[in-house]
Amino acid sequence: MKDNIIDARGRACPEPVLMTKKAMESYSCVKVLVDNVTARENIKRFAKNNGYKIDILENDEGILLTLSR
Amino acid sequence: MQDKKHIIINGLIVGILSVLLVKFGNPVNMGICIACFIRDIAGGLGLHRAEVVQYIRPEIIGIVIGAFLMSYGKKEFYSRGGSSPFVRFVLGFIVMIGALMFLGCPLRMVLRIAGGDLNAVVGLIGFVVGIYIGIIFLNKGFTLKRTYNLNKAEGFLFPLINLVLFIILILSPTFIFFSQKGPGSMHAPILLSLIVGLIVGAFAQRTRLCMVGGIRDLILFKDWYLISGFISIFVAALVGNMLIGKFNLGFVKQPVAHNDALWNFLGMTLAGFGSVLLGGCPLRQLILAAEGNIDSVITVIGMLLGAAFAHNFKLASSPDGPTLNGKIAVVIGFIVVTLIGYFNIEKDLNVKIKGGIKIEG
Repeated sequence: MKDNIIDARGRACPEPVLMTKKAMESYSCVKVLVDNVTARENIKRFAKNNGYKIDILENDEGILLTLSR
Repeated sequence: MQDKKHIIINGLIVGILSVLLVKFGNPVNMGICIACFIRDIAGGLGLHRAEVVQYIRPEIIGIVIGAFLMSYGKKEFYSRGGSSPFVRFVLGFIVMIGALMFLGCPLRMVLRIAGGDLNAVVGLIGFVVGIYIGIIFLNKGFTLKRTYNLNKAEGFLFPLINLVLFIILILSPTFIFFSQKGPGSMHAPILLSLIVGLIVGAFAQRTRLCMVGGIRDLILFKDWYLISGFISIFVAALVGNMLIGKFNLGFVKQPVAHNDALWNFLGMTLAGFGSVLLGGCPLRQLILAAEGNIDSVITVIGMLLGAAFAHNFKLASSPDGPTLNGKIAVVIGFIVVTLIGYFNIEKDLNVKIKGGIKIEG
């Protein structure tokens, strides 16, 4: 399974979601790193609407969302 | 539906409170209008001398303080900035020129439709077209680059300035201008306006309510979340306007509006286009500014200055219709926003594997 990490920290909405969307076109598992709650919620919603499983890890470096299906 | 519950309630509250403010003195279909109210504040501070639109609007102050307190309490307040600040300033300026061509920000556009003002439906069509153009740029890789963390103290400045504005409003020193007639003279009691602002600001901080985001996300991601707020504002304001007898269906003699269809359309197209590149409508910019987003503070300052210039240079429309200067400004605005869009496209931005990121549980 190919996977891919996107660093979307500091990016304003809707960029993190757009980056995720682009990555989903070529990878079945996408990891997105963000640094704010708005981006986390937006990506969560987008992934859920598209039938992805979501796993979230939060620490000082940021919030890592692992999206897979 | 469950996840949309809060934003729908948020929308209903904004709609109801907007009608309430009209009932208690605000201009009709202008319970809340971010563009108009920032323009009034510019006038109140003497940055422009259009005598009919000068007042320090407590709604703006309330929205900022409400969003600040909520974000602080929820630990979402943090100072950040550095994402193309001057580009944002220019976009804020231009969004204001577009909004004042139409006579209202996207929020007031919804309120105007809910009051039966069909000119605002023309504006909405333009707004959607503008958002669509903006999305083309987003899909090509448009970005204003990332933000960086800033000193926490910087984030407090904007809410603090709003507090000072409130003190100025209460003390009313002689260097402040208050309209004696026209829309600027029409306002609900200060305390009521402030409280409405606080509630709207606090709620909108939680739900990320945004007029531009609603249509953008629907087109881009088929996501109905943000637009459900938009729709519920409309429904609540429609019912409210009917109850207080302010619903008046038609194109002519609409309050604080003109019926030049082409320029209503183009004004909102420009506002929509610019707002998509900014990432949010004027309301959302205000909320973000209150949360410590310095880029949005700069956008708001751009809007403030845009409003001042709009009246000093006679760019803003009036109920008599748009001005020649305003039409020229909107055309220039389109050229500038298009150039900003073009020059900020990052070709290979989207998918990159980044090294050096350590993630541990």
